[in-house]
Amino acid sequence: MDSIVNRFTARPEFDEAVLSEEEIRDCMKPQSVPTLSLPPISQPTAFLRAHTDDASNPDARIKIAHGTTTLAFRFQGGIVVAVDSRATAGDWIASQTVKKVIEINPYMLGTMAGGAADCQFWETWLGIQCRLHELREKSRISVAAASKILSNLVYGYKGMGLSMGTMICGYTKSEPAIFYVDSDGTRLKGDLFCVGSGQTFAYGVLDSGYKWDLTVEEALALGKRSILAATHRDAYSGGSINLYHVEEKGWTYHGNHNVGTTFWETKEAEGSFNNVPTEITANV
Amino acid sequence: MYAEHFSEPATSHVASAPIEHQFYPYASNGGTILAIAGADYALLAGDTRHITGYSINTRFRPSIHTLENLGGPERAIVVAANGFSADGDALVRRLAQRAEWYTYNHNKPLSVSACARLVQTMLYGKRTFPYYVHTIVAGLDESGRGEVYSFDPVGSYEREQCRAGGSAASLLMPFLDNQVNKKNQYDAATGLPQVATDLPLEETLKLVKDAFSSVTERHIHVGDYLEIKIVTKEGVKVEYFPLKRD
Repeated sequence: MDSIVNRFTARPEFDEAVLSEEEIRDCMKPQSVPTLSLPPISQPTAFLRAHTDDASNPDARIKIAHGTTTLAFRFQGGIVVAVDSRATAGDWIASQTVKKVIEINPYMLGTMAGGAADCQFWETWLGIQCRLHELREKSRISVAAASKILSNLVYGYKGMGLSMGTMICGYTKSEPAIFYVDSDGTRLKGDLFCVGSGQTFAYGVLDSGYKWDLTVEEALALGKRSILAATHRDAYSGGSINLYHVEEKGWTYHGNHNVGTTFWETKEAEGSFNNVPTEITANV
Repeated sequence: MYAEHFSEPATSHVASAPIEHQFYPYASNGGTILAIAGADYALLAGDTRHITGYSINTRFRPSIHTLENLGGPERAIVVAANGFSADGDALVRRLAQRAEWYTYNHNKPLSVSACARLVQTMLYGKRTFPYYVHTIVAGLDESGRGEVYSFDPVGSYEREQCRAGGSAASLLMPFLDNQVNKKNQYDAATGLPQVATDLPLEETLKLVKDAFSSVTERHIHVGDYLEIKIVTKEGVKVEYFPLKRD
């Protein structure tokens, strides 16, 4: 009986003379999530909130970058993804050159809203998981499966203070798909999403111009225009606009557009933003 | 007549509320750091003042660390973690150890980009009990170009041309945007926006010294000495420059 059991029990071949018991156990652990260290107190989450949450405690010493406008929508020609590039820590603009589109792999994009580190870290981690899936299954992971890996992960950390609102965009076979995933554990499939502090402003423009039959040029222009509107009205959004187009063959980057110049170009070309004067005239 | 003596309640000196003890593991030790990348150099500078509150603990505590023996002299990486100095020291020591192990495990130099990713995982590993630091890593890439990476306390990072961190970052950064990245500067003849180009090392050094002596005048956390570490293909060079002592 033992011989049969031994034959069918997978034993990875480790040289026990070289590796210690502990090291062998480490190697055999599934390569899943890194460990996070906790403060040595009874309420680690309250501690984290007291020190990092700007909303509940404006004197919080550790400022974590926040604030954003991001959008993605499905249309006849694939998916358009557009984002701003501003990172704020309280009132301070920490950066105007943030990459809020995370290139998970050549076929899948993730967007970044909420905690910059949370999004950056877990979406690169998601890229690893997607590659491992590809190696194991000999086929590319579906967007549904990829987004679920992420949503399950953040759900596991629920209540610990993670903050992220993201859209996972890509193709499953020949079908474009967008999944909205956030740190509450919400996971939604949809055609059109705007996420972040400037989402309402972006929705306003996007909803009024959106239709399925948009050409690729029209779709890219609409994505860019929606983010522009958000940077104009939301103080926490700004810097420049990054544009992406996702197709079956993978994503393509459509440039970085500085809000400073894009705004005046748009105003002149469209005759829009008429509330903004071109010249300042003294009202005596 | 003795009433007055006895009217004082015996418990008047006992605290009315229970004494609370809080776990408060953070402090702020001031100082400011600044990094700029050029075509063939990267530089990381910081003042040497160490404070708590309004007290100056020491006027000379150098805080720019060098990771050496990662390959040739041109592979040296300079690091500074500004904020709570105990956390900064812990982070840099652990990073130095991990960088050394990397060279043994992989038998190749640690690139600055790989070092940056390592710093991200180390900072994020303490996502729920953060290092209270703003980290900057600088060095040369494979082709010898300068590169600068900056991090928030929990590990989000970005490669940049220049970055200021610490107490007076908000004073330095707008100056750097204007002088290094040529933001809001227009060509006098054509009226077109100026394009940012790599600054020669001599010019950058002047800029850094001016920036720190100016910031010293307007920020109480900054002063005493300026330490500048410059990475070139010859290795790391250190320069000290006096700042106002008040």
